[in-house]
Parts: sequence; structure tokens; C-alpha cells
Amino acid sequence: MIPTVPQPVFAKWCYRAYVTVFFVYLALPLTVVCVFAFNNSVFPSLPWEGFTLAWFFGTEAPFIGVLNERSIMRSIGTSAFVAFWVSALAVAVGTCNAFLFVRHEFRGKALLYMLMLLPLIIPGVILGISILVFSSSVANTLEDATGLWFDGLRPGLILVILGQFSFITTFATLVISARLQKFDPSLEEAALNLGASKLGAIRQITLPFLLPAIVASAVVSVLMSFENFNTTLMLVGSDSPLTITMFDKLKQGSTPVLNAVSLLLIIVSAALGLLSLLFQNAKR
Amino acid sequence: MGSDRSRLGFYLLLAPILLWLIVLIILPHVGLFLVSISEKIGPREYETGFDNYAAFFSEPLYWRTFARTAIMSIMATALTLILGFPIAYYIAKLTRGRTKTTLFLMCMIPFWVSELVRTFGWMILLRETGVISNTLQYLGLVNGPIELLYNDAAIMVGLVYTSILFMVVPLVTTLDSLDDSLIEAGYDLGGTSTSIMREIVIPHAMPGIVSGCIVVFMLSLGNYLTPILLGGKDSLWFTGMIYTQFITRFNWELGSAFGFLLLGLSSLVVFLGLKFSGQSLSETMGRS
Repeated sequence: MIPTVPQPVFAKWCYRAYVTVFFVYLALPLTVVCVFAFNNSVFPSLPWEGFTLAWFFGTEAPFIGVLNERSIMRSIGTSAFVAFWVSALAVAVGTCNAFLFVRHEFRGKALLYMLMLLPLIIPGVILGISILVFSSSVANTLEDATGLWFDGLRPGLILVILGQFSFITTFATLVISARLQKFDPSLEEAALNLGASKLGAIRQITLPFLLPAIVASAVVSVLMSFENFNTTLMLVGSDSPLTITMFDKLKQGSTPVLNAVSLLLIIVSAALGLLSLLFQNAKR
Repeated sequence: MGSDRSRLGFYLLLAPILLWLIVLIILPHVGLFLVSISEKIGPREYETGFDNYAAFFSEPLYWRTFARTAIMSIMATALTLILGFPIAYYIAKLTRGRTKTTLFLMCMIPFWVSELVRTFGWMILLRETGVISNTLQYLGLVNGPIELLYNDAAIMVGLVYTSILFMVVPLVTTLDSLDDSLIEAGYDLGGTSTSIMREIVIPHAMPGIVSGCIVVFMLSLGNYLTPILLGGKDSLWFTGMIYTQFITRFNWELGSAFGFLLLGLSSLVVFLGLKFSGQSLSETMGRS
């Protein structure tokens, strides 16, 4: 079945119908989430009670909008804090890794590369519990030895950041390496011939070339961090990021305020996703 | 190269990756294994042994849940492949330029959105007072409200929805690289649609099929949200059991053993998938 080979009309239409149904299936859940954010009812379900913006701006119970729901606003702040650090760390380490894998030959390189890919095939829950178990045992040992408290190694934001960083770095490494491989080393050599120092050449020639990939991987890291659930669930302490707060609310029975948060999330994630693609495909 | 400065540079680049992999990946998994083979014999007293693994095999609830999780993940993977392949083929071979980019983006957008939001959408659609139940009543197809949520079919719908992109993207990439003239040649030589699919398209798409299947299986196996939220009280999932042992029961030893069993199963499937298709991890995963 390719355009240049004629096919029966009926088969063609069946195929198109299937593709249409598939895209409806893709769009349906997100559409209903968005639509019910505007329903003037305390349940996110039918019947339709009329259009309202109360789930965004409302101040009176039970219609408390997102902007006035303190637990949600606080968890958005927590998520942003976590995402910032995860993204910064992942991009920094990812850039180093890209230089290491593209520019250097050393014994055990293939093995190290395979190890670098491992976080992709470890289920998120396992990554979470292994870091939880390990950091707790380190904390126990240190506390027994010194008599001091090591709260940073107990479930909490630091562990959440480390847990997300542990697998997001792999993605950052892959994106930045792919771009560095396309770099023409003669440009850097030219800079060296013109009297630049090694570091100066990297800073002024190579890093600007890598910038689109660096920005793209930073955006993707923020996105992945914001929506991560499995790893975060195991490592979370008292300050919960957005997905955890939403999960707790969802289990208790939800009001359309969750739809309103989801709508905002959909808009922001779609925008960030498109942005990352734009940067990744940036031609030079 | 070889000078002291570039050796220093090399070690400076090596340090972060080693720190990351050793401290956050290798040591925690070694630790997890050590905890899984320790048995609690008194307060803060432990002994080495395989009791936790024995508990897994002797308690039907545990290994049945494990088997159920594995079987449902395999079914979800097969279903995702069957549903996703025609879509990938359509995008790769039957569309061009703008349309192709648009369709591809339409596939990607749902997956930039948090899994929680997607699952929430399915809850609104499937529950007793939900959109589908109401539509069916409106159309006169059913008499009263029907509950479509909290069963295995709902879990399946959610799992396929959550992971289909990871099947479609590698398939589109591999199918894109298949030259149309090969398919034309197949027709010229008298092949039928079925035989061309079997002899030309599917063998060419094999790397994409394998990497898609591996990722989808792993995601389903390690999924927590979908089975918990869309499945009922009785529909157990192995990740849920791990969570219960760790957070609710505070039995880390048994939980670690469970975690290791899940990790073992998912690694085994990745290994078999790569072996079967003769690919290496680097080329399968490194492309994504």
C-alpha cells in the first residue's frame, strides 16, 4: 500500500476511517478533561450545568478555583523548584557526557555507554525504591557513626531531585551527543590556529553550536520532571510536587478544580514540547 | 592528546558520569539486592538468606499478581503493536510534508501531558456517571447507567493509550527509511499486499518493532497509576504491591525482593528481545 500503487477504493476508505478513529481515541481523554474544567458543577461529570470560570478564579467554597487553592499552588511551586534543579544538573552532566563520548576514546567506553543507557530500562518504581533504600542505609550508618541527623538523605525534595536526575540525564546526554556529533571539528581547530585557548574555543565556538540541543534538553528535562510520578512517589517527603498532590486529590474523589489544573498543564506541556522540537530541529 | 592537560580534561569529564552512575544507579541496586536477601530476626537484627524470595513463591497472592502483571503487560504490548502499526505505516508511507508533520505532532501531544491527566480523562469517560455511559443511554443503547471503570478492560485501554506513542515513533522512523521502490518492485514481481507486508515491510521494520515492544512492555510492567486508578479494588498490579510493602507495611526486605523480581523480569524481556532480533542495547535505545 503506497500512493503509486492503486488500491481498491473501499480498502482505502476503511484505512482512513481507522486512522480517524485512532486520532479521536487519542484526543478524547484530553478533550473531556479540558471541557469539564468549565462545567458549573461540583463533579467532573455529566450533566452539563452551564459554563463557568469558577474552577480557575473562584473564591467561595465549594467553587474554589486553582488560583486560590493553596495546596495546589504550593505544589506547583515545589514542582518548579524540583524541575529547575533536575534540569540544570541533567544538562550540565549531559554536556560533559556528550564531550566524553564524542571526543574521547578510552578503554571501557562501550561498557560505560551501555551503563549510561541502563536508566532507560529500569522501571521508575525500582529506581525510586533503590535510591530510597540506599540513601536510608547511608543515613543510618552516618547517624550511628556521628550522632548527627542527616535529613537530606531521608525522603524529601533532595531525594526527589536525585531520583529524577538519575534517569533524565540519559535523555539529556543522548540529545546533546547527537548534536555534538554533527559538529565540524575544523571550526574549533581554526579558532585554535587563530590563537584561542582550548577552553576559549569550546566556549566561543562549540557551545554556541550546541546551544539548541542544550536548550531542547533543558526543556525536555523540565517536562519530564514535572510529570514524573513513579520515581517521585517513592521518594517524596512532606512537600509534594504537583503530580503527587493531584493523585491524592483524585483518590479522595475529585472536583473540577483538577480539570482546571490539568487544562493548564496540557497547555504548558504542549507549548514546552513544541518548543523543544523547534530547538532540536534548529538548522544551522 | 596525551599531554597532561588533556588527561586532566579527560578525568574532569569522566568524574560526573562516574559519580552519577555509581552513586545513583549501581550502588543503590547493590543495596537493594543486599536488603532483599536479609531477613529480620529481631529489632535491628538481620540475617542473610533467601526467605523473602521464598515468601514470594509460597504465597499464591504474590506470584499470581506477578504473573498477572506480566501477562497483562504482554497483552498490552501485543495490542499496542497491532493498533499502532497501521498508524505508523499511514504516517510514514501514505502522507507527505505538512500532513505528515501534523499527524506526527498530533500523536506526540498527548504524551507530553502528564500520565495522571491522561488517566483522569479516562476516568471521566468511563465511570458510571461518565461521558460514554451517558452517551449510550442517550442513544438508547442501554437502559441504566453502566460502569465501565474498575475492570481489566479499562486497565488495558489505559495501558495501550499510555504507551502507544513509544510504539508509533520507532515504527515511523524505521518505515520512513524503507524505500518505496522496494514495495513497487514487490508488486511488479507479482506480490500481493499480504506477501509484500510479510516479505518486505515487516522484516525492514523489525528493529522498530523490537525497540517499540521493549519500551511498551517495560512501561506497562512498571506502571503504577493506570492499574490503581482504572482498575478496581481486586485488580492487583505488582508495582502496587511493592508500594504497599515499602510505604504501608514498612516491610522493606520483602519489598526489595519484589523490586528485584520485577527488575529481573523486565531485564530478561529486554535481553530476550535484543537477542531475538540480533540488536544491541546501544543501537536500539540510543536512537530514541
